[in-house]
Amino acid sequence: MVFDKSKNSKDERDDQINPARRKFFGAVAAGAAGGVVAAAMPSVARANDQTAANAVPLDTVPGSPATIGPPSAVLRLDEIGPVPADEQIYVGKTGSDFMVDVIDTLDLDYCAVLPGSTFRALQESLINYGNNKKPELITCTNEDIAASLAHGYAKVANKPMMALVHGVVGLQHASMGIYNAWCDRAPMIVVVGNTLDEAGRAPAGAEWDHSAQDNAAIVRDYTKWDDQPTSLEAFAMSMVRAKTISTTIPCAPTVIVADNEMGEHELPGPEPYIPSLTVDSTPVGDPASLAAAAKMLVSAERLVILADRLVRTQDGMDTLVALAETLGAPVIDLASRLNMPTRHPLNLSWAGEDLLTKADVVLVLEPVNLFGALHKYRDWPDRTYLQVVKPGTKLISIGTQNLLTHANFQDSGRYQPVDLAITGDGETSLPLLLEAVKQAGPKDASARAAMLKAASDKMHEKLRQNATYGWDASPISVPRICAELGYLIKDEDWALITPQDFQSFWPSKLWNFTKAYQYKGNQGGFGVGYEPGASIGAAMAHRDAGKRLSVGIIGDGSLMMNPGALWTAAHHKIPLLWVVHNNRAWHQERMHVQRMADRHSRGITRTTIGTTMTDPNIDFAKLADSMGVWSAGPITDPSALKPALQQALDMVRQGQPALVDVVAQGR
Amino acid sequence: MLKIIFVTVFIAAPFTAMAQTSPENNAQPSGDAGHGKILFISDGCSECHGTVGQGGVGPHLAPKPLPAEAIASYIRHPAGVMPPYAASVVSDADVADIASYLRSVPAQPKLGSLPELND
Ligand code: HEC
Ligand SMILES: Cc1ncc(C[n+]2csc(CCOP(=O)(O)OP(=O)(O)O)c2C)c(N)n1
Ligand SMILES: [Mg+2]
Repeated sequence: MVFDKSKNSKDERDDQINPARRKFFGAVAAGAAGGVVAAAMPSVARANDQTAANAVPLDTVPGSPATIGPPSAVLRLDEIGPVPADEQIYVGKTGSDFMVDVIDTLDLDYCAVLPGSTFRALQESLINYGNNKKPELITCTNEDIAASLAHGYAKVANKPMMALVHGVVGLQHASMGIYNAWCDRAPMIVVVGNTLDEAGRAPAGAEWDHSAQDNAAIVRDYTKWDDQPTSLEAFAMSMVRAKTISTTIPCAPTVIVADNEMGEHELPGPEPYIPSLTVDSTPVGDPASLAAAAKMLVSAERLVILADRLVRTQDGMDTLVALAETLGAPVIDLASRLNMPTRHPLNLSWAGEDLLTKADVVLVLEPVNLFGALHKYRDWPDRTYLQVVKPGTKLISIGTQNLLTHANFQDSGRYQPVDLAITGDGETSLPLLLEAVKQAGPKDASARAAMLKAASDKMHEKLRQNATYGWDASPISVPRICAELGYLIKDEDWALITPQDFQSFWPSKLWNFTKAYQYKGNQGGFGVGYEPGASIGAAMAHRDAGKRLSVGIIGDGSLMMNPGALWTAAHHKIPLLWVVHNNRAWHQERMHVQRMADRHSRGITRTTIGTTMTDPNIDFAKLADSMGVWSAGPITDPSALKPALQQALDMVRQGQPALVDVVAQGR
Repeated sequence: MLKIIFVTVFIAAPFTAMAQTSPENNAQPSGDAGHGKILFISDGCSECHGTVGQGGVGPHLAPKPLPAEAIASYIRHPAGVMPPYAASVVSDADVADIASYLRSVPAQPKLGSLPELND
């Protein structure tokens, strides 16, 4: 039978329930607490699902209170007679099957999920109707992991995946991961379960706490668009729109609140229309502005290029290199993405301050925090800052930052005036800019390039020299961890799948990054806990792209926020290496507390309180082992590091996750 | 005007200053290196400079550290982003011990001897 949803009142609906079933409800209600009544609702199964016939009456389930359970099978037969064969047994296509048809059109390979009753019909359809393919469910142990997994995946795959989360509570967990993705302009489609019509909720119990009039309000300040369709046709339209909006640059998460009621029942009539997906073009800088920029660039004497959230694809990196070479300009990679090959002689990221001080023109590509990039700042109570570039330096920016902002969260940074601000996607505008530069007649760049190469050689020599200090120390030095790991993978097709901020960017300082996919930046919103999920998502995309070797260095604090990701990696057999940078602290914050204690001239030896993870020390190898991840450690002797890394990498090459716990220096 | 060194609150972004220590001067050291090591860690110096003074958020201080007086003078009135340590919390005697510890740190291996840094 099919509920007539047009019958809105409780009474009208009750009339639809056959009399025998009403009797059943009556019998149960006699001694029942509401929550159990909900659980005791007759099984609803598709025709091809045999399990309904074998359903165990609740009163035989251990732990269910006998006094309030439903009647036994015998009693039930006595009381209400045989249940009509057609009762709630759906043989046709359900609403949630149709939802899967819609999702099918969106080319989504994966859906990160942590189960919740508010989307139980959709989950069942994804598994049985959609056969758990495209999207394949990736089981997560916290919705924060689900969202960050989708975030990490999107940056490497350059396409979104779906995250399916429980109404209210699931979305609240996911919100941290969604915020990071928002700040990082990464696409994902978040589908949230809900039961909007209160008549559709079980009379008592969790469905009330997990339903909301406006679920998406929880994350609206940091998503690009949301909708709560109330019909299947509207669901189709909204899902397709959610993908279009999420993936149109600048990208960001979108949210669809999917009503469970819509999914549970058979399709009431003919299949609703599913619009085909429109792929929007990318906004680029206007020709006049690009020509004006080109003129300024070719006439600059000491041009510097800053690149931040710029490169998505290899074409983007190659064009940036071509532009820098054409102009003989140094590039400072601000590292929200890997923009410039780390050993290119024009990559002077670690000598940037000197170059900026002398610059007459600065070209900034996809700035994230431009003011921060152009100022020195002192973290003292006086908050002093100083502009690095000299007065009169001309600033040109190309980016999409102002195309997507919301009011509440302050992720846009301090306002930085710019002389020529060009709105348009950096990567897509680059070939046009390069063409305009060639038209404008660039000067011979060879002398400047030779001078910059000498500076780059000096910079690298100094970085490598700095890495030798503390080489044999225990706890093990961070540059040593990075150097050893980089050396073991250098001849393979590898990618770094974790941020580098807390490793002081030693991988970028030491390793030979040449491909855009080899590094995809950090959390976006600096929300710690991103790394475990995001590194799995990234590793999935690298695996799918052709068995790239995925390696990551992860903080103990970050891993402890979402240790359940270990299980997800083991369960789905995701090949990746996690090296735990185990400084037994939230070291970043410990330094902050130390700064305060020093300045307040008291208790300078007490800053371990609330900032360190000792007593007991956490055994990450055991933790990983308990969830099925191959592991080694704790490694305290630096000479034991290489063999452990070698063994772990072998496991990863065989297609499984591995973890090496390294007791390490703070920074 | 104050000399200002770039720092970020959360991240060490690409242009972290790469400060240099000066060579040790000739004055003959005093101070208890064992006690200095304890202080270097418990007073929080190691959080930013590493447990063997190899550097981290702050520059490397060892081997070949500045003389004790220069260290004392710097930590009382740092020029950049380092937080100040008053004499009431780190005495001159403590600094002498810290300097002694930093002097005891063995030399690092030669860059040329480490294949991991020469690929
Ligand atoms: C919160 C981080 C932090 C802590 C804690 C800290 N330092 Fe520093 N230190 C720095 C930074 C950063 C610099 C680089 C210059 C600057 O910005 O002040 C520095 C510079 C120095 C210098 C000057 C080095 C040179 O070659 O010019 C000395 C000496 C020094 N620190 C000693 C100490 C000692 C001793 C302690 C503990 C009593 C200590 N520091 C604690 C961050 C720190
Ligand atoms: C969700 C969240 N909570 C707290 C913080 C503050 N915070 C910034 S860095 C950090 C420490 C992270 O620990 P770990 O990953 O071990 O890195 P470490 O600094 O120790 O190298 C914390 C707690 C944050 N950024 N995000
Ligand atoms: Mg830590």
